[in-house]
Amino acid sequence: MPETVVNTETVAEVQPRRSEWKRFRRVFFQRKVAIFALIIICIMIFTAVFAPWLAPYDPNEQNLSNSMAPPSREHLLGTDRLGIDTFSRLIWGARTALIVGFATAFISAAIGTALGMIAGYFGGVISTVIMRFMDALMGFPMIVLALLLAGVLGSGMQNIIIALTVASVPGYVRLMYGMTLSVKENDYILAQRSIGSSSARTIWKHIFPNALQPMIVMLTSALGGIIMAESGLSFLGVGITAPDVAWGSMVADGFKYLQTYPILSFAPGVCIMLVVFSFNILGDSLRDALDPRLRGTL
Amino acid sequence: MVSYIIRRLLWGFVIVTLVSLIVFFAIRLLPGDPLLIFMAQSQEMGTMSLEQIEALRAEYGLDKPIMVQYVNWVKDLMRGDLGLSIHYRENVGKLMLERLPVTLHLSLVSLAISLPLGILAGLAAALRRGTWIDNVVVVGSYIGIAIPVFWLGYMLILIFGLRLGWLPIAGYTSPFENFWLSTRQLIMPVFCNSIAGIAGMARQMRSSVLEVANQDYVRTAWSKGLTEKAVVLRHILKNSMIPIVTILGMSIGGIFGGSVIIENIFAIPGMGRLLVNSIFAQDYVVIQASTLIMACIIIASNLLVDISYGWFDPRIRYD
Repeated sequence: MPETVVNTETVAEVQPRRSEWKRFRRVFFQRKVAIFALIIICIMIFTAVFAPWLAPYDPNEQNLSNSMAPPSREHLLGTDRLGIDTFSRLIWGARTALIVGFATAFISAAIGTALGMIAGYFGGVISTVIMRFMDALMGFPMIVLALLLAGVLGSGMQNIIIALTVASVPGYVRLMYGMTLSVKENDYILAQRSIGSSSARTIWKHIFPNALQPMIVMLTSALGGIIMAESGLSFLGVGITAPDVAWGSMVADGFKYLQTYPILSFAPGVCIMLVVFSFNILGDSLRDALDPRLRGTL
Repeated sequence: MVSYIIRRLLWGFVIVTLVSLIVFFAIRLLPGDPLLIFMAQSQEMGTMSLEQIEALRAEYGLDKPIMVQYVNWVKDLMRGDLGLSIHYRENVGKLMLERLPVTLHLSLVSLAISLPLGILAGLAAALRRGTWIDNVVVVGSYIGIAIPVFWLGYMLILIFGLRLGWLPIAGYTSPFENFWLSTRQLIMPVFCNSIAGIAGMARQMRSSVLEVANQDYVRTAWSKGLTEKAVVLRHILKNSMIPIVTILGMSIGGIFGGSVIIENIFAIPGMGRLLVNSIFAQDYVVIQASTLIMACIIIASNLLVDISYGWFDPRIRYD
């Protein structure tokens, strides 16, 4: 199912030759909101990296004598039930969200791409086993599979990353399987094999370069979904555990004080929304700019 | 066509078997002992002797080797027996019959709302490309996908439940029992469950319509002097439906996924809440049954989607 919008009027319009980077930049920022998204992501990454220096307080430091304090100069967003500074928790939450997001995205992309290329290249029993197994994993909704695995592995950041990775791998396998099947038919693959190049070398040198671009696009688009799933698990109480701070569990913790003190639930939710929104925009902009089928059509 | 369906059904059977294996063995890796958790929560905790615990273990077949347990489970499944819940002390089949309709009620109402709204929004955006309608739909769909559903649920509870007091904040009532209360209780959960669906549907529909609208036959239709209504309804809409069928098939999974979180927010006794509670209680029997049922529904709906392609687009042939 091609998602491409082929606009016949603009296809005829031949673009003047420009450097690839300039073209990339032009298409990438065609959606004005991409600038906003990029700024948000940069701020989030900066916050995550420098959390220990940016956060005014320790995100786990309790101060029961100052619990449920309203926003003030000392506590920008007030404090929670245990007297912990909400703003500091938000800052550390960015670190958790981005670590889980990037780790899951990169690991699942690597595993999924490798499995997909192997299944596509060798075919036969190997592809049947790998692809049916992936079909079985795709039979679960992502959050249900992740919930099941998180239940098995236990909560905590490392286990959540493993659970979400398993749930994300099938998408890459499917994509790379189809891509490998079509690339395999090219004459240069046949030429490689005829000169006795090993399978591993053929896959790495000649099939993988074709896979890189769609993989990067899929990886960027997946980040938002992964962070959303992580917050969902943390919200349900099977996700990130202390001392790591998760926005999802902050929303859940705020429920008891929804009536009197809604900011406890409100603020972390806005952070999740901003990050997911920005990653989705960046993913789509990157797809527009990298996908050759879309060239000159937007 | 018939041979295609038969082959797909056979593969579906293989995949369901794989799903059952994954679920069965994954769950048995869960740390902890479901019987001990059950007893810790029950009254009889102190009074049970070691022999009684072992007797209970034998009753659930948990003392047998794992392969024997799997074979026994599959044998029971074939006879339509889903087993006895460890946590609820109830027949799981009966439990499912109570819970599944609740989730289906929530899901089908959400789908009935999000499907037409999503299609209309996507169609309007594509036909009025570049206008404010288009911008609202595009930005709105990005926001709709990015809103955490649990956060949205809390904010709705805060505004319409606690502050304004218009809607009940939690619970579920069967529509056959009290239709008015049931509907009022469903408004917020359905809203939460629909938002992402509408957004996804609108986005897909928009790009699909844009693609179709540039086809030669649409240009021909315009040049024949057909009215906009005729062109849109007869030529564009019908041909843009295929991606929608795909996304509809995928959204069955999304709706089950969404129900896991939404049912927990609004205390709705459906499959999603049952699954989360069973994971906390490590109730093997219920986790197995509920995930297997979800997977079967999803696999079956994917099969239906693949078959329906041929109906929407007669050019598609199965071989």
